[in-house]
Amino acid sequence: MVAENTTKNLSITLRVWRQAGPNQPGKFVDYQSKDLNPNMSFLEMLDVVNDELTLKGEEPIAFAHDCREGICGTCSCTINGKAHGPGKGIATCQVYMRAFRDGDVITVEPFRATAFPIVKDLITDRSAFDKIQQAGGFITARTGSAPDANALPVPKPDADLAMDAAACIGCGACVAACKNASAMLFVAAKVSHLGLLPQGQAERDQRVLAMVSTMDALGFGNCTNQYECSAACPKLITHDFIARMNRDYLGATLRSAFKPAPLGTGGGAG
Amino acid sequence: MATLDSKIPSGPLADKWRKHKVDIKLVNPANKRKYEVIVVGAGLAGASAASSLADLGYKVKCFVFHDSPRRAHSIAAQGGINAAKNYQNDGDSVYRLFYDTIKGGDYRAREANVHRLAEVSVNIIDQCVAQGVPFAREYGGLLANRSFGGAQVSRTFYARGQTGQQLLLGAYSALSRTIGAGLVEMHTQSEMLDLVTVDGHAKGIIVRDLVTGKIERHSADAVVLATGGYGNVFNLATYARGSNATAIWRAYKRGACFANPCYTQIHPTCIPVSGDYQSKLTLMSESLRNDGRIWVPKKKEDRLKAPDSIPEEDRDYYLERMYPAFGNLCPRDIASRAAKRVCDEGRGVGASGLGVYLDFSEVIKRLGENTVRERYGNLFDIYHEITAESAYQVPMRIFPAMHYTMGGLWVDYNLMSNVPGLFVLGEANFSDHGANRLGASALMQGLGDGYFVIPYTIGDYLASQKPGSRPKPDTAAFTAAEQSVGAMTKRLLDNKGKQPVSHFHKRLGKIMWEHCGMARTKGGLEQALQKIPALREEFWANVLVPGSADTLNQSLEQAGRVADFIELGELMCRDALTREESCGGHFREEHQYPDGECKRDDEKFGHVAAWEYQGADKTPLRNVEPLNYEFVKMSVRNYK
Ligand SMILES: Cc1cc2nc3c(=O)[nH]c(=O)nc-3n(C[C@H](O)[C@H](O)[C@H](O)COP(=O)(O)OP(=O)(O)OC[C@H]3O[C@@H](n4cnc5c(N)ncnc54)[C@H](O)[C@@H]3O)c2cc1C
Ligand code: SF4
Ligand code: FES
Repeated sequence: MVAENTTKNLSITLRVWRQAGPNQPGKFVDYQSKDLNPNMSFLEMLDVVNDELTLKGEEPIAFAHDCREGICGTCSCTINGKAHGPGKGIATCQVYMRAFRDGDVITVEPFRATAFPIVKDLITDRSAFDKIQQAGGFITARTGSAPDANALPVPKPDADLAMDAAACIGCGACVAACKNASAMLFVAAKVSHLGLLPQGQAERDQRVLAMVSTMDALGFGNCTNQYECSAACPKLITHDFIARMNRDYLGATLRSAFKPAPLGTGGGAG
Repeated sequence: MATLDSKIPSGPLADKWRKHKVDIKLVNPANKRKYEVIVVGAGLAGASAASSLADLGYKVKCFVFHDSPRRAHSIAAQGGINAAKNYQNDGDSVYRLFYDTIKGGDYRAREANVHRLAEVSVNIIDQCVAQGVPFAREYGGLLANRSFGGAQVSRTFYARGQTGQQLLLGAYSALSRTIGAGLVEMHTQSEMLDLVTVDGHAKGIIVRDLVTGKIERHSADAVVLATGGYGNVFNLATYARGSNATAIWRAYKRGACFANPCYTQIHPTCIPVSGDYQSKLTLMSESLRNDGRIWVPKKKEDRLKAPDSIPEEDRDYYLERMYPAFGNLCPRDIASRAAKRVCDEGRGVGASGLGVYLDFSEVIKRLGENTVRERYGNLFDIYHEITAESAYQVPMRIFPAMHYTMGGLWVDYNLMSNVPGLFVLGEANFSDHGANRLGASALMQGLGDGYFVIPYTIGDYLASQKPGSRPKPDTAAFTAAEQSVGAMTKRLLDNKGKQPVSHFHKRLGKIMWEHCGMARTKGGLEQALQKIPALREEFWANVLVPGSADTLNQSLEQAGRVADFIELGELMCRDALTREESCGGHFREEHQYPDGECKRDDEKFGHVAAWEYQGADKTPLRNVEPLNYEFVKMSVRNYK
């Protein structure tokens, strides 16, 4: 028998963080939601609650979302104290109501971190991630200057490992899950992705130095090897990449001590 | 009447682009920094354009409604990107890629554009690899390929099931580099709400800062729109929820022609709707049709029975029955329409009745569960996550869904619309896919437009504009545009009706799906052309938009988008009604061969229909650009 005909609908209490704007006080507000189909996604449940609020003349709950299939990294709720909620290796948009039981109280908050200020209700400002990328998360390759794609073979294991790291969706759950609000997993994923490839070697030192110093300057905390980040990561990015980045960083620091700093543009490394 | 000069260069097909690059005007390097270019959108098309133009020396301002350029809808593309590299030595060439794309588009695209696309495809892969895109590789370290529908060669490059993500992150890294170097001014969470034209030229935009609600004016020497497709007119689609048509629709209302709006693509294998709350449809890779058998019960009364309790003789493997040669592997549009037909007969499965079975029991029996897990494990996992059903034990339920829009703003060979200074790239334009897009070619077109076409062709326009001549944002045209944006916002918020925005979007989606979806008829389209204007009236009489204009207000954002979708939906139906033929994704039931293939009418409709706005409540004008096939013979598409 198909699941949708046999499962019972559920009613829940939603305890949501409401905050009108960036520097305003926020508080939890309870909403009852009844007769929900368990095959509904968590975000669809919020849609339904929001339409009900609208009809009652109240302001709907602001929440971030777009692709609703776990790839864009927009959705970002802490559900019952867990970044992206129950379940392993999924984003908020991939949580379904069947993960809850009839009568549950579900607490929903924004991702909390100093570097991610709250914009409204469940929406935070994660532009700090973009700033870290702008500092060095790239390989300089002006359009039109590339050699033939097969001119540079890349060993398959390196390409595969680079891809594991590149799967990061930039959601920030790693930061929200970390008690120090560290962005190490996010930065390590990008540094490893590019550093594992032969194309990424020329700027390897400069990249890691610039990205790490920008991360520090933006108010992210230090890593104390708690590994809550990997546990919350919707793409299961492993903390092994953090160790890899630490080695890169150390090497780059040593090498830059013997070399004059590069002139001109660059992300202010060191 | 708009002038539609396609500006296709003369000469042999393979020389056109090379010759054109020599013939068009250039802007001298010292002058480039005197020109400002606005790029709206940072998907594959917008991000590649913004960084490439910035590297050339132009001053670039880039706008997205997302909170980061990395979140554009391009991120969700799965399958891959085509390129005529012939790395597999299997007979591929620029000409073959050109030919497959023209044929796939059912002979409704321009030959010259498609050939250029095939030419630049090889440079795209080089560029992406240089940026560090981790494409799949073979053991020797060279790039791997796979094959995709509509081609007999292996020319698709891919990065696991996340090709769009990796290509976008490559383009985003180039964009980030240029932002970091101060060459691009990036505006996130900024939604373009109007195009500003001065003396008929596109010279700026009006945007709303989605966080503060502030309305801003930005002027420039040229405006580039790369704002994606309009499939969310259907409400339920494989698109991201935020994808919308506002930028191109408002540009249409400022004079840009909208070409072939009825050309839309429906994908046969998506997870069906499970209830009225549904907000999006998830694509399941078409590769599943290689091993799964599609069926529905023969008898209506069996449709809610457990599938394993329905004996073989009571099952209808309808694709195998109707198309014995191709069976479950028949082309996308045919498979989609057949599913619709059996569901219309009341034999669809699942609670909604809008689903068919994709059954793996036979292949599991034949090859074992492990082999099937190796081939499709990740897809079975996604299916399980969404439906809580195991496709190893019960057949999957699938149904077609809206997936891509081939139509878009009309552009010439330079990718400039009929409004001088307004360029349109990526899914937002109509240019390269004709009436149907082949798999793995949208990513190619987006990056081709942004990396390798616009950097050349924009110079041809800018060279005709005096450096420093761009209007100031305090001039009358900007004031007027800002006022019209403000008036619409006020009207939405002051309306205080009885229904939330989603109510109207859902109803529009249902009308579109029923009358302008997989199969269209004269009668159905005429009905839609009654229903949609009525819905529009009801929307403006009864929509309820809470909150205010001066804060983040998602209801307000959505209200503006849905208002535009309603108007665009009407134009799509009008276009579909006027095009009295079937071609590619546009299937008119009146025009088909006995085997269900599209019956084109090249004599009457071998042209592009480009609609021109005439004012509210006035019927738009249908302009025509004839398609001159000089090199390929228009013939009946045949994949048998
Ligand atoms: C599920 C799925 C799978 C797919 N798989 C493939 C595949 O395997 N191969 C393939 O070739 N194609 C595939 N496609 C199609 C392809 O992904 C898209 O056609 C393509 O990515 C569109 O790119 P774009 O740059 O034109 O637009 P988008 O990526 O949609 O970007 C639009 C940009 O415009 C901005 N924007 C829009 N409106 C405004 C506004 N008013 N103001 C400011 N900014 C605005 C957005 O913020 C965004 O940055 C797939 C599509 C889907 C839905
Ligand atoms: S590392 Fe994981 S949790 Fe952190 S931003 Fe990337 S995908 Fe999100
Ligand atoms: S909405 Fe895109 S990852 Fe969740």
